[in-house]
Amino acid sequence: MIMVPLVNHHRENNKRHLSERKNSRALQICLGIESTAHTFGVSVVSHKEGKKLGSILSDVKNVYKAPPGSGIHPREASHHHAQVATEVLQQALQVARINIKEVNAIAYSEGPGLGPCLRVGAVVARALSSRYQKPLIPVHHGVAHIELGAMLTGLSDPVVLLVSGGHTMINAHSGGRWRIFGETLDLTIGQLVDQFGREAGHSSPCGQRIERLAQDSHEYISLPYSVKGNDVSFSGLLTAAKNLLHDGRSLSDLCYSMQETAFDMLAEVTERALAFTEKQEVLLVGGVAANNRLKEILSQMCLARKAKFASVPIGYSGDCGAQIAWTGLVGALSGASVPIERSKVHPSWRLDRVNIPWRN
Amino acid sequence: MEIGQGQYPMEKLIRQGAEANIYLGKWFGHPAIFKRRLPKAYRQPNIDAELRRRRTSREASFMAKARGVGVPTPQIYFVDPGNGEIIMQHLSGIRVKDAIHQSIKEGEEEIWSRLGTLTAKLHDNSIVHGDLTTSNLILTETEELVLFDFGLSFHSDRVEDYAVDVHLLKEALTSAHSTLAEEALELVIKAYSQVMGKRRTEILTSKVQEIERRGRYARPD
Repeated sequence: MIMVPLVNHHRENNKRHLSERKNSRALQICLGIESTAHTFGVSVVSHKEGKKLGSILSDVKNVYKAPPGSGIHPREASHHHAQVATEVLQQALQVARINIKEVNAIAYSEGPGLGPCLRVGAVVARALSSRYQKPLIPVHHGVAHIELGAMLTGLSDPVVLLVSGGHTMINAHSGGRWRIFGETLDLTIGQLVDQFGREAGHSSPCGQRIERLAQDSHEYISLPYSVKGNDVSFSGLLTAAKNLLHDGRSLSDLCYSMQETAFDMLAEVTERALAFTEKQEVLLVGGVAANNRLKEILSQMCLARKAKFASVPIGYSGDCGAQIAWTGLVGALSGASVPIERSKVHPSWRLDRVNIPWRN
Repeated sequence: MEIGQGQYPMEKLIRQGAEANIYLGKWFGHPAIFKRRLPKAYRQPNIDAELRRRRTSREASFMAKARGVGVPTPQIYFVDPGNGEIIMQHLSGIRVKDAIHQSIKEGEEEIWSRLGTLTAKLHDNSIVHGDLTTSNLILTETEELVLFDFGLSFHSDRVEDYAVDVHLLKEALTSAHSTLAEEALELVIKAYSQVMGKRRTEILTSKVQEIERRGRYARPD
């Protein structure tokens, strides 16, 4: 990895723009591109030196929709991304009222995710970086969920529950990395919900629908509850729920019971991490952070432990450009960038392999 | 005799663990630990009742079994699964997790070796602890290493389950004591193999690696 002194970077390009603003010499602007799975998103964020918070100037996305009953087809999703890329990029710049030349860095999601989808984002990012001579910042998608959530909620040193289609992990920062305290041994919570939803004939993402169906029931059907140490396993739960569905049990009873079982498991391992690390804050991030019942369970758990609970705001819980732009920006400020010819994508990339220099 | 919650006026809350509160009190005149799995308001009531009952009875039974195969555990005085309560022997000492954090360096290697021996003794007798972490170990004033928290324990003859046990320990060490995890684990495994033999230990460690590779995004592309 090559270190780039970003603070002095491209002052030339920024002269016109920066002279228009008072005291804005140390203003940094980063454009981030998200394309790990179903979402193609572009966002522009800015940060003023000495401030903890960043500003999201724009966050535009276009989401690939899978046909009912099926999941994301990587090739189809990547075609979708390629088709909408230009429009999403233009809109993100327009909404932010920023000229691409004023941007200090271009960030993209390097992984983990679907290879064909990741490559679309990487190609767009490389093109912009090369054409406008901007440093290129690769970002880990999961770390980006955490960092955006931490910035938006103002939590400083939380235990993090990262729940999405790609991740289900409990993380805590220690020794320069986001450590994995516990995780799923098989399916993610997003996969559990989506695969059950598809079995019932819906199309991914099914989270909202499952949550609504669950609200109609308070009839608990016993389902496998599997916590192993700090890890969870959802495969037995999915099989049992599917079998009960085919046996003709009520869909809303099953949605309710599946949510309760899975979320109680997540709350338990989060509570274990909280007790073990003796930290005082819990942060919920990732697409499944949009679920109100999960938020309710976690906030009750935190209340009983006198810990502070916060969830990423609903508009930023799902995959979005803002997570990449913000993390790219803090990464850039601590000097991380990659030359274009060495930039790649990593469909498989573990979260605790990423160095987090800005939190030391 | 009716045993319920909060009937012992001498009790003092000493720790709010993840799934239970730990009180210090007296049992027939002796200092005792009262471990109570209190109902959790956030949990679905059926799940809550079942977990508390199952784990309490499991914990008591496996504490006794572990003790029977030479793994020091606190003596049990009383068990009430319906109320999620276990009353057990009080041990003066320090949690290994705290000992490590206070960097009491001397004797640290000895702790890891003994942990390896204890783990092997359990596995050699088909017992899986299910929650091996440094917060579930006490180093007593008499220098005994005592293991507790058997609520997730079970019987198994599968190497896979023993490997998950070791994998969980590794995870706990890495997340809580990132700087010394590698060295500590080496000592654990070395002592483990002295009980279990070289061949069985090799099978175990390769299984642990397999479990790690199974982790999401663990295989490099």
